[in-house]
Amino acid sequence: MHELSIAQALVEQVEEVAAKAHALSVVRVVIAVGPLSGVDADALGSLFPLVAEGTAAAGAELAVQTVAIRTKCRTCGHEAEADATFAACTQCGSSDAELKAGRELMIQTIELEIDER
Amino acid sequence: MCKDCGCGIDPNLHSHGGYAHSHEGPKEHTHPDAHEHPHVHEHPHASAAPAESETRTVELQQKILSRNDEQAEKNRAWLKAHGVTAVNLISSPGAGKTYLLERTLEGLRGRVPCAVITGDLRTDNDARRLQGKGAPVRQIETINACHLNAEQVGRLLPEIADHGIRLLFIENVGNLVCPSAFDLGENFKIALLSTTEGEDKPVKYPTLFSSAPVAVLTKMDLAEHLDWSVAACRSALRQVRPGVFIFELSAKTGLGMDAWLDYLVKLTE
Repeated sequence: MHELSIAQALVEQVEEVAAKAHALSVVRVVIAVGPLSGVDADALGSLFPLVAEGTAAAGAELAVQTVAIRTKCRTCGHEAEADATFAACTQCGSSDAELKAGRELMIQTIELEIDER
Repeated sequence: MCKDCGCGIDPNLHSHGGYAHSHEGPKEHTHPDAHEHPHVHEHPHASAAPAESETRTVELQQKILSRNDEQAEKNRAWLKAHGVTAVNLISSPGAGKTYLLERTLEGLRGRVPCAVITGDLRTDNDARRLQGKGAPVRQIETINACHLNAEQVGRLLPEIADHGIRLLFIENVGNLVCPSAFDLGENFKIALLSTTEGEDKPVKYPTLFSSAPVAVLTKMDLAEHLDWSVAACRSALRQVRPGVFIFELSAKTGLGMDAWLDYLVKLTE
């Protein structure tokens, strides 16, 4: 359950951004999670509101964008989406692939409510 | 010798996978977006909010674990400056990390000055097992956390890895999932897999096995008693990590230990 550590790190960063912008509240946080990040997005989604309670991030919606695994074949250079078992290259049959995407664990955007008066 | 994991194999004969050997952490870490936030720009959506306030979207593109990664980079820089090679040993509980380390410290005694940081939820049993073998050992009790983090390791570095230490083993908490998400500042990860666990674990747990350039198959003395195929296991490892460098050994019988120890010596040369 390292999602708790992840949720805490996420809330800390959201708090920093909210404080810097003197936000009234945080409306929405969008994160990108790759299948090879080792993070269960559902568990993170359940923990986020609990960790956010009592902080500037309280009540914020957490939206998770799933990132596809992408590999590049080292033999023929073909780039393709892959599943986590890394099947052989559909173009040349080689199984020597380089991971291009899939480990992401990123904050994409944070929507803040700002006092304009 | 391979410049990345130092395995002594002609780099032309085995590929390591650019992404892991470039160490994802530092590579992404130096990405300017991650820390300077130059992309912060705001989109007013005044119509959706009350007259006195408005909603703004801040674009961050920042790693969630950026604080851990920053500390990991500090650890990496410290280790490099002190001439220490660090490996992060990750496996399920009971795969034989501590026993392998016991035999490894004995085998490297007088050859390479080593140190160990070992992590468990509770007890200092592992640290006590590893004491008295010529290497400083520190235990991290994580209490409930299922992984080590860069801060825990960084705190211990000055007291444990100074004074001529060349090789630091970080024995992570036994867990095939969580530790792989946390960069500790190591040079690279080594995944251990015992023969009692089943040969398809690499494809079941690709997060770890795809990020470790070196894999160690432990308890090989038991293989003949089990319905376990080394060929199938090697194939599963290569499927998620083409070019992975694989050791087969038994710390108990000594099978394969010489190659392992020679490899570790080479890492420090």
